[in-house]
Amino acid sequence: MARGGRPEARGAFAASGKRDAVSGRLHRRATLVNWGGWIFGAALVLLMIFTLFPFYWASVASFTSDAALFRDPSLIPGHLIFDHYRALFTDRDFITPIRNSLVVAGTTTLFCLVVGTLAAYALARIEFRGKAAIMAFILAVTMFPQISIVSPLYLLLRSLHLIDTYPGLIMPYMTFAMPLTVWVLTGSIRQIPKDLEEAAHVDGASRRQSFLRILLPLAVPSLATTGILTFIYCWNEFLFALSFTLGPERQTVPVAIALFRGQYQVPWGEILAAAVVATAPVAGMVLVFQRRIVQGLTAGAVKG
Amino acid sequence: MARISLEHIDKVYPNGYVAARDLSLEVADGELLVLVGPSGSGKSTVLRLMAGLERVTDGVIRIGERDVTDLPPQQRDIAMVFQNYALYPHMTVRDNLAFGLAIRKQPRDIIDQRVNTVASSLGLDALLDRKPAQLSGGQRQRVALGRAIVREPLAFLFDEPLSNLDAQLRVETRVELSRLHRKLAATMVYVTHDQSEALTLGDRIAVLKEGVLQQIATPMELYQRPANKFVAGFIGSPSMNFIEGVIQRSDATVAATGMCTFKGVDLTLDVPCDGNRRGRVFLGVRPQHIEVSGDGENAPRAEVGVVEPMGNEQIVYVTLSGGDKLVAVAPPEEIIRPGDTVSIHIRPEGVHVFDAETGKRIEPSPQRV
Repeated sequence: MARGGRPEARGAFAASGKRDAVSGRLHRRATLVNWGGWIFGAALVLLMIFTLFPFYWASVASFTSDAALFRDPSLIPGHLIFDHYRALFTDRDFITPIRNSLVVAGTTTLFCLVVGTLAAYALARIEFRGKAAIMAFILAVTMFPQISIVSPLYLLLRSLHLIDTYPGLIMPYMTFAMPLTVWVLTGSIRQIPKDLEEAAHVDGASRRQSFLRILLPLAVPSLATTGILTFIYCWNEFLFALSFTLGPERQTVPVAIALFRGQYQVPWGEILAAAVVATAPVAGMVLVFQRRIVQGLTAGAVKG
Repeated sequence: MARISLEHIDKVYPNGYVAARDLSLEVADGELLVLVGPSGSGKSTVLRLMAGLERVTDGVIRIGERDVTDLPPQQRDIAMVFQNYALYPHMTVRDNLAFGLAIRKQPRDIIDQRVNTVASSLGLDALLDRKPAQLSGGQRQRVALGRAIVREPLAFLFDEPLSNLDAQLRVETRVELSRLHRKLAATMVYVTHDQSEALTLGDRIAVLKEGVLQQIATPMELYQRPANKFVAGFIGSPSMNFIEGVIQRSDATVAATGMCTFKGVDLTLDVPCDGNRRGRVFLGVRPQHIEVSGDGENAPRAEVGVVEPMGNEQIVYVTLSGGDKLVAVAPPEEIIRPGDTVSIHIRPEGVHVFDAETGKRIEPSPQRV
């Protein structure tokens, strides 16, 4: 963006230099544009520092030895120590929580997208009685404070023998992830022009065909966005994961990290290394899907 | 190809809005029928009813000999061109054209052959691998047209297909459509709010107002014998003038000449009448039938407000002394300026009489010589 703005600003300066008679207003405008650019740039840098600094700090600390961490911690990495990462995968078996998190978050996201898309299609496209009530009800489900439903859910899951199992986490996760998916997808399906499906009907497509061949491909960008949101939500979830698992076999990443701290000491280096490992796949996934999202958005034009 | 007939169609929306009331019309095989009316007249709804995108509340729709009233759009075998083209944005032009055939599971080689034929006839060959977003408005329009043609449907429906094009392209496409209609000899229904588009394209024109059919006729008949005041005012440009007044019958004169005397605020005029009406009427006069001139002693005089030079003619807005406002078309060589006082002359052969209450046309009496 900054690069795009610069030549324009330079052009304005050149013009004001050549023609001084007209330049009063022009000059002021050029200066203003320039200031705006600088302020915008500075704000961007500040925002980047604000959001990225914690992650940077954690990363640097995860490569610093415990001794250095407690004596004189530095923001500039000296020589990198991989001890914490090695400990993570040898002493602690961090692979298991990552696998658990992937299974739970991935399955939840998949279910949410499949069921959510169908529900959202119905809510966005089909006229039926009580639609507003259903939308409100779906939203209301998310309104319960999580902590207030932990105990009843625990009892419920225990009676179903689902404590410390994958389904025992996936099903509770869907209670908060599904409403999110349905709401976001209903909104984005409504944005897709109805004309397209009508054109498909007239062209000979049944409702199912127009859904699969017209609507679904056009909804892919919003499906990806919603999927990422849901996945992150589930990946970071802590309370349910802590309450409904018993041992390291089914614990997810946040729970595992929380249980790192021993009786006498907090292994900050390892905790931070784990945080980096847990963040990396999510960040990577967003970067991969981002291209897909942008592609989908630019190809969506309908009208001239 | 097939004829389309609507029999006593009613369309009432759940919120009580009536989009069509007891509407009956028939589109002959190979005919291009234009549905025209102002916005809210229900013309697009009627088209969507034919397509099956809306269900009728009451009545029967037939395409060919088949009753399609309860069939969904995909079983009606008609094609529709949408106002915003509704091209599938994630598909190439080729796939857009092929979609209808592919859905019907036609063999690959037949699809390819038909897509290529249609593409070359519309000049789309070079664009087949582009996405709709990479096309100009006119090109999208042609793709939308091609997508309809390629399927060889029973009938074509057009929903204001030219309204998103700029003026010049609109005229060109109009001519192209007309040519296409003749070439395919296809049954077509065309919706527009533009009366000049309707007059130039239609074999016949159906004028709608608030869901009610006002008149269905050939362009010439519609222009020369409008069935009521609404049609008279809607068809023709500039719009017809309406002067309120009374018909005074003189039995002797009627018998002799078939003429009555019309008395308005400013004008007294002999007009054709049916001999048994007396009362309030509107006199309808097209601007082309009003002559404006600087001289002329006895004719009513009027003050010129605005003059719009059009090149081949000028449109003159005048106000009569009694306050009636008229629009006239004058030849370009006449020198008329705003503020001038002019005399006006209404040519009696171009006069229409409408009942003031019902708005219905009053026909001249049959015994008129």
